[in-house]
Amino acid sequence: MRVLVNGEPTELESGATVQSALAALELPGGERGVAVAVDAEVVPRGQWPARELSEGARVEVLRAIQGG
Amino acid sequence: MAVTREDTFEIAGRELTSRLLLGTGGFRSLEAMAAAIEASGAELVTVALRRIDPASRGSLVDVLDTAGVQLLPNTAGCFTARDAVLTAKLAREAFETDWVKLEVIGDEHTLLPDAPALLEAAEELVDEGFTVLPYTNDDPILARRLEDVGCAAVMPLGSPIGSGQGLLNPYNLRLIRERAQIPVILDAGVGTASDAALAMELGCDAVLCASAISRAEDPVTMARAVRLGVEAGRLAHRAGRIPRRLYAEASTTDAGRGEFG
Repeated sequence: MRVLVNGEPTELESGATVQSALAALELPGGERGVAVAVDAEVVPRGQWPARELSEGARVEVLRAIQGG
Repeated sequence: MAVTREDTFEIAGRELTSRLLLGTGGFRSLEAMAAAIEASGAELVTVALRRIDPASRGSLVDVLDTAGVQLLPNTAGCFTARDAVLTAKLAREAFETDWVKLEVIGDEHTLLPDAPALLEAAEELVDEGFTVLPYTNDDPILARRLEDVGCAAVMPLGSPIGSGQGLLNPYNLRLIRERAQIPVILDAGVGTASDAALAMELGCDAVLCASAISRAEDPVTMARAVRLGVEAGRLAHRAGRIPRRLYAEASTTDAGRGEFG
């Protein structure tokens, strides 16, 4: 199954969850201060392990940066 | 009114001692940012959200935790109400705060707010339970509309973001302050300490400063300077300045002058 993670086409097993997409990213510094949207909707942290992605899903994984 | 040492103010029931808010954008390193935060005395600092960069080093959130400051996520870079609302919701997830510095930008050359979209996003976020601090034009009517929809403060610009042009319309800022019942925080345009002092003299409750500090040759020294500017301006405002006059008015009495023929 192919999804877009931060705009990058990414191959995941079918039935992959938000959590497994994050695992594939190997987040530098862990999951603290990270937020996820799937198809322009926020997925709360508590739902990451259960929320399955569908083919073509657009996953945005964001984190704090310095900004005014 | 006697000027006492303690002079706090509140945003949405949160008491703040420092009237300088710091933007974290533009620092050369996390270490430089941390040193400037300490020198500034700021209790509230802004952060932004962007796609994860696998090459990034160091955790901004950890550094800010160590500094003991409260995070104020912004929606920088959002050009529509929809993007700003979604970004605010993501920030709430990431930082576990419902405070947001709401920015809805109208064009990339001026970075001026898009007034109708800003008002729309502010109303939606207030309805969703956010504590909304909108970055707004120096427009007294828009400021009032933002207050009417339930914003916790208004953050009018002095001049465009990062321009360092200071306060281009002090008159409008004063009108905003005169009419608002919520805190007014001067945001954007501060170039140096005297700009911050002027904002406070006009009656602003606080000043948010980013580039003027982070992009100064010596950010720590500028952080201290702006902090002192904010304090000086606040004291001057409370002390009550003399009116501007066209002609001179002697401070020494005429009575009892010697007559020397």
